[in-house]
Amino acid sequence: MLGRGLLGIEDLDRDDIEKILDTAMKMKEIGERDVKKVPTLRGRTIINLFFEPSTRTRTSFEIAGKRLSADVVNFSPSSSSLTKSESILDTAKTLDAMDPDAVVIRHKVAGVPKRIADELNAPVINAGDGAHEHPTQALLDMMTVLEEKGRLDGLTVTIIGDIAHSRVARSNIYGFRKMGAEVRVAGPPTMLPSHVETLGVKAFTSLREALDGADVVMALRIQTERLSGAAFPTVREYSSTFGLDRQKMRFAKDDAIVMHPGPVNRGVELSHDLADRRPSVILDQVRNGVALRMAVLYLLAGRRKPAV
Amino acid sequence: MANDDPGSAEHARATSDAAAQSESLLLDDAAIRRALMRIAHEIIEKNEDLSRLYLVGIPNGGVPLSRQLQRNLKEIAGVDSLIGVLDTTLYRDDLVSSGARPRLRRTEMPSAVDERIVILVDDVASTGRTIRAAMDALMDFGRPRAVQVAALVDRGHRELPIKIDYVGKNVPTQHGDRVQMRGPEDALEVVLVKGGSTAGAAEPRAQRAASERST
Repeated sequence: MLGRGLLGIEDLDRDDIEKILDTAMKMKEIGERDVKKVPTLRGRTIINLFFEPSTRTRTSFEIAGKRLSADVVNFSPSSSSLTKSESILDTAKTLDAMDPDAVVIRHKVAGVPKRIADELNAPVINAGDGAHEHPTQALLDMMTVLEEKGRLDGLTVTIIGDIAHSRVARSNIYGFRKMGAEVRVAGPPTMLPSHVETLGVKAFTSLREALDGADVVMALRIQTERLSGAAFPTVREYSSTFGLDRQKMRFAKDDAIVMHPGPVNRGVELSHDLADRRPSVILDQVRNGVALRMAVLYLLAGRRKPAV
Repeated sequence: MANDDPGSAEHARATSDAAAQSESLLLDDAAIRRALMRIAHEIIEKNEDLSRLYLVGIPNGGVPLSRQLQRNLKEIAGVDSLIGVLDTTLYRDDLVSSGARPRLRRTEMPSAVDERIVILVDDVASTGRTIRAAMDALMDFGRPRAVQVAALVDRGHRELPIKIDYVGKNVPTQHGDRVQMRGPEDALEVVLVKGGSTAGAAEPRAQRAASERST
């Protein structure tokens, strides 16, 4: 249930997701105005606490907060100076003492946002933690699919890439499953987590089979430094087998869309041509990201721990 | 996702809670039509440059009423007035204090408001706080030449210096009462629900929003 914060899609139920998506759809209109600002969170403070660099997600949260008139403060301690969990908690507590109305956290270690949330009065929004979850990314992906397809229920969504190490994949698996979609994952065997079926998805090592009849094809960003390691294929091998181009998209439904959380390694996950034009909806995902984060901030900012 | 117009399941649910309390009909569909026809005449009488009219409905109730006013203006004076929908939720003054966040309605302002005579249309006017919020929202879309307000029912209890220019019916009410418009667009009615809520003089809109909050 949508409580005081947003730590993962796993914690949400279908009603929560529908409420967030409905709110985000309404927020989108503000981004189309001349004056892209409403007074809703005037006098509220949002801290972006990013222990891991991320220009895109941080900027998206920053714009979202500012369009709601909140004061947004970016705090990005260098991860090298903050490796011990004690000092992370100290930092968080220090910021909490400044009485923010929401804290947005990204950290390379899974579970850190939860750990911090337990200590803070302000609601915490997880902006990505290790290979655990990236809930706002999954929500903006669901919003984009809902806009394109008019529904989520009954769709077939194929996620391609390093599933085992992807918080985007994990959050999307939870989200699309809860909304009634069939989720498939595809990638080299070394990139598929063991027991991935327990998440309710079907795993494929053949891209062609994974794409057959898909409505939505989501390519994940490949950490190229991870490729060519002993257990992983080379970049060229990966792109020829799992990289998407128009040829391979023929296996999916005629009206299938292509998504990517960005930034795209052109020529690796997606061909140049596919990255730039329909059926890819990558820039719609970015646009929707701002509206979606406005919705999350609107619903959560200022929620306090109940007085004991 | 939810429908904005009265008559939707959401609206019906919000009003069915009230059915147990004492309820009286204030306006039936024919009376609403007559009131909107009279308001259309008043709008024509009051405004010289009818080509500048921009009717802006406040969801939910104001939306079907603004459409009917648009038809009436066309019928009486041959005027094609602009029409829009303006949600006031993000401009409310009680969001911070209430903690809970009401569901948003749609906003559709397809034309610029600059130099237009904007008529805000709502079903029930009371404290004036919704109108205040609507005026703030409107200013974010430009600089209208004038802003006027039409309400099907004015139930009093004003808390802000807001004047309603066109009133369908003045209804004296007590603090705990609620006035609600409901029904499908071609068979609207307005009822007065006595007592029930002890929430005081909160505007019907705020109460409706409260009942829609998911828990």
